[in-house]
Amino acid sequence: MSMRYVDEYRDAASIRRLIDELQRMVGGRSYQFMEVCGGHTHAIYRHGLEQLLPAGIDLVHGPGCPVCVIPMGRIDDAISIARTPDVTFTTFGDMMRVPSSTGSLLDAKAQGADVRFVYSPLDALKLARDNPHRRIVFFAVGFETTAPSTAATLLRARAEGIENFSVFCNHVTIIPAIKAILDSPDMRLDGFIGPGHVSTIIGLHPFEFIPRSYGKPVVVAGFEPTDVMQSILMLVRQLTRGAAEVENQYARVVRAEGNTKALEILTTTMQLRPYFEWRGLGFISQSALSIREEFAAWDAERIFDVPGVRVTDPKACQCGEVLKGVIKPWQCKVFGTTCTPETPIGTCMVSPEGACAAYYNYGRHALMQGAAESAGAGTPK
Amino acid sequence: MTSRIGTSLPDQVARMEKADVARRSRYRMKDTHITLSHGSGGKASHHLIEGLLIPILANPVLDGLGDSAIISPNGNGSGRLAFTTDTYVVSPLFFPGGDIGCLAVHGTLNDLAMSGARPLCLSVGLILEEGLLVEVLERVTQSIADAARSAGVAIVTGDTKVVERGKADQLFVNTSGIGLVPDGADLLPERIQTGDRVLISGTVADHGMAVMLAREALDMEADISSDTAALHELVDTVLAAAPNTRMFRDPTRGGVATSLNEIAGRAACCIRVDEDAVPVKPAVRGACELLGIDPLHIANEGKLLAVIPAAEAHAALAAMHGHELGRDAAIIGEVVPEPVGMVVLNTGIGGSRVLDMLVGDPLPRIC
Repeated sequence: MSMRYVDEYRDAASIRRLIDELQRMVGGRSYQFMEVCGGHTHAIYRHGLEQLLPAGIDLVHGPGCPVCVIPMGRIDDAISIARTPDVTFTTFGDMMRVPSSTGSLLDAKAQGADVRFVYSPLDALKLARDNPHRRIVFFAVGFETTAPSTAATLLRARAEGIENFSVFCNHVTIIPAIKAILDSPDMRLDGFIGPGHVSTIIGLHPFEFIPRSYGKPVVVAGFEPTDVMQSILMLVRQLTRGAAEVENQYARVVRAEGNTKALEILTTTMQLRPYFEWRGLGFISQSALSIREEFAAWDAERIFDVPGVRVTDPKACQCGEVLKGVIKPWQCKVFGTTCTPETPIGTCMVSPEGACAAYYNYGRHALMQGAAESAGAGTPK
Repeated sequence: MTSRIGTSLPDQVARMEKADVARRSRYRMKDTHITLSHGSGGKASHHLIEGLLIPILANPVLDGLGDSAIISPNGNGSGRLAFTTDTYVVSPLFFPGGDIGCLAVHGTLNDLAMSGARPLCLSVGLILEEGLLVEVLERVTQSIADAARSAGVAIVTGDTKVVERGKADQLFVNTSGIGLVPDGADLLPERIQTGDRVLISGTVADHGMAVMLAREALDMEADISSDTAALHELVDTVLAAAPNTRMFRDPTRGGVATSLNEIAGRAACCIRVDEDAVPVKPAVRGACELLGIDPLHIANEGKLLAVIPAAEAHAALAAMHGHELGRDAAIIGEVVPEPVGMVVLNTGIGGSRVLDMLVGDPLPRIC
């Protein structure tokens, strides 16, 4: 494995050039952009990008963190399945620590449930093959990025006739969520940094309604520091010349038509739900996927009797407002005091892609430094 | 409308300071059950140790929380002994670059070495699961013997217990060790001063990634092997070149990030680390990148961190480079006064961020 490919996009000198140009373009104006994808939020904090941006650029962290948007009731359902005696419940690592109304999957595991973390749904299918006397359930979460691998696993399960495997499907789709944000009365955004990974699957066309109906530019971006900087520059350029269109900064990976093969297997195995609850955003119509009737034998929602109760978020938690970009993570009442990455109250504090966790881990220092400098105190370099 | 905190910079800073007070407050054990996070070496482990175990077992030696306990049988500071214990539950038992046997020997020797002690002897306790292949036990025991012999230390006492199938995972190993602390050696984080340099003896994250990739679930081919090794000779080499070395620490579970946070906390200083200066093997970096894991949070078993006065740092670095286990050593950071108790990472692209302890297990991101 060579890292040269990545290092090329982390070069301090090219970043510097991009920042200088951005500074010139922005001048005294101010812009508010949303990075839709949690991967971008993570990259921005991990590399300390936010503090390098011109003062007029404000980044708002969007709903594109798959862990963050899962409502509490679905975690309750997951735990209920996991506690079924002959079930081995498999999940991506991040979901282990997300709190439900009765603790997390990690807690359920400590209390005796057989919960294991896997790196892909195919690992879960392998567990099913190797343990014919256990019922293996895979907790499917994520956007269009992870949904095709769940779809491929369902197809494989059917082809091999593996009957002790099922999927608890919580896949969501990004476009309706973006639309919900655009329709929100609090909306103050000037443009979007589009989700690079999702776009490799869905392509560029699904974003075209954003400039067309809302007059806002979208730049689909990669995840390296230069990618993020360049996409911000592209947004500012569009706004400066009064344009609003969908541009592709991540052309080395994303094709306009997306991945047609992946979309095809998605359509074969899954269908749009009439509506689905998003943490903090509420019910959004046609925003999630369920497993098709033809694959009912592998659909955990049909096999297991889940409570399916809607659980309201803890009162103190303001994940919803953070996800909509209405408040910054640090403005939440419980941020950093009762809600921390070790003992998260809201989902945004759980995943390293969650805006709150990213801000808690990486962002605070930049702020303190900024404050010290503006107060004339100076910080050692 | 509910009242909302303002958006001004002073408001934001006040809020952050509140969060920092909460962050620095004493560790408390609030969980009702032990979860895997308590074993990860990160924050949950600290809550368990400092919030539950230490308060119950409290005594002045234990409260020092060093890698080894330093006991002074003569009561006059001479002939001091270092005493330490560690238990190994690694899965799989055999991994590229080592196995549970040599790991158990190296780990305990290294805990002794970090206090500057010369190892005298080791004990080995084995917990065996019913059904374990004798052949496996033989291989592990041979590995224990080889590792001890090449370190010049004898296993002088031991114990075995067998538990029913399912009550343990094949084989658990405990090792304890006693070492002699040279008179005058006083390696403590409290001695750290502003301007001191932080050195790492080689590439980071090799052990943790080797084990992670060797686990059944992860089909990834990469040429990565554990760095497990005994470090006491390297410690001697560094001390000869840099007699005023403040302290050593072996960044095992929780990785370099967790160890540096512990050091910054105990020394009441800030450590600034240059991301680009931290040596990481390309294959390891690639695997970390793919799994979305920070190599600074991954365990090492044959590396040491040293905090050394600036005037001696280059001599120490040269000495490390001259030793087989220190070829890739580097100066990775510097001790600065503020913000106290924090580790700040200067990122490769010219930004900076807080480098925190590991929280929970180092799990991969999902998208």
